Amino acid sequence: MAESSNIVRVTDVYKTFQLGKVEVQALKGVNLEILRGNYISIMGPSGSGKSTLFNMIGGLDKPSSGKVFIDEVDIAQLDAYELAWLRCRKIGYIFQTFNIIQVMTALENITLPMVFAGMNNDAATEKGLQLLELVGLGDRYSHKPFELSGGQQQRVAIARALANDPAIILADEPTGNLDLTTGEEIIALLKRLSQERNVTVISATHDFKMLNVSDQVVWIRDGTVDKIEDREELSISIGKIDTRH
Amino acid sequence: MVDQHIPLSGKEDTTSVNRQIVLPFAKSVEISLKSIKVRFFRSLITTMSLVLAVSFLGFVRVSNDVANGLLATQDRQLRQAVIRAGYDIGPTDTNVGASPKQRWIIILSLMVCVVGIVNAQLMAVTERFREIGTMKCLGALDRFILRLFILEAGMQGLVGAGAGALAGALFALIGALLRYGPVSLAEVSWVAVMGSFAIAIAVGCILSLIGVLYPAVVAARMQPVEAMRVEQ
Repeated sequence: MAESSNIVRVTDVYKTFQLGKVEVQALKGVNLEILRGNYISIMGPSGSGKSTLFNMIGGLDKPSSGKVFIDEVDIAQLDAYELAWLRCRKIGYIFQTFNIIQVMTALENITLPMVFAGMNNDAATEKGLQLLELVGLGDRYSHKPFELSGGQQQRVAIARALANDPAIILADEPTGNLDLTTGEEIIALLKRLSQERNVTVISATHDFKMLNVSDQVVWIRDGTVDKIEDREELSISIGKIDTRH
Repeated sequence: MVDQHIPLSGKEDTTSVNRQIVLPFAKSVEISLKSIKVRFFRSLITTMSLVLAVSFLGFVRVSNDVANGLLATQDRQLRQAVIRAGYDIGPTDTNVGASPKQRWIIILSLMVCVVGIVNAQLMAVTERFREIGTMKCLGALDRFILRLFILEAGMQGLVGAGAGALAGALFALIGALLRYGPVSLAEVSWVAVMGSFAIAIAVGCILSLIGVLYPAVVAARMQPVEAMRVEQ
């Protein structure tokens, strides 16, 4: 198999939801290729199919027709075990609401995916501490989520997403519940990690702060890809960016 | 990450994938214990209906044991005391079995208890949608979630049934002491009491597990994306 530089490939994806008796077409033929190691933002108004596309890429949902390839593997072909494996080892998830497991400490949250991956306890703890150090929370490992601020919780979530050295980090509105400064810190952290570790970051967002760090911005509108812009084009048109949603 | 070449493309790799997602049993127990501890109040309420039902069962059974002990003495006065206490015994009966009426009341109370547990556990699952979804996103398999819930219910069942059986037996013995006097405790077969105690605990554990089965399956079958959608 030729090593492809596409980490995610979406071909002609349609998705239809059944809402009561009405069929809603959330995605109407999306084609998308995402390069390894890039920082991608998926932008679009709510209801545009942005979240649906995002869930497809994350293997959280399957398309009605069309194919989604992650690392050249068609996710529709995977059974439950393989999907779980994919979620555990290949993809790291970051959520708008942080979704730190409340009953566990910061460190336990980070080591959980490593436990799933079969790592032994000591190695997982050591790596967990390193990851906490990496996101700047080295001294907070024993804290429970409710003892951490929103920004700190999101840092824990980032560390958790990195636990099994995934190829992709999926961030769903990672700054949506954070104030301006904290949001900027989180974005900078994501960007730095993406560069240092060669991780592909894909984030769905409303946040224009994200655009500055993105290698590519995918605009979704009415269930189709409106346009894909590289960073160079972005910086030219950045002046009128706020007029286009 | 070249060394992490994805082993998913071929069917022959399924088993290796299979082996790579694990949740050691000790870790499951640890997580379940923690969940119970953090949601102590909710666990208490879930367990309470079980405690009550099991203590009722324990009370009835141990009371019967005491009455049997008294009847075994062949003492006419004690026999009269047992009859006055409300046991229907014929002139030739030498022991009190559980009467159909008694049996029905016990079964009814246990059924109500199971419904209560199902209700409480469904609530608990709903509360934890997000946690379950997060775990699934981190790579948890359905059976991990199932196992966590069943372990939790098992522990709650053991503790609740233990407490219930203890309370039921104690009340029965104290009641006997007050009604028949010290002779009741002298004549009762402690083997029978221990047997009743064990039966009450076993029934309690089984009920707890039956009660959690449906909620746990609901939780385990949930798609991660559904769990994420829940607004809280």
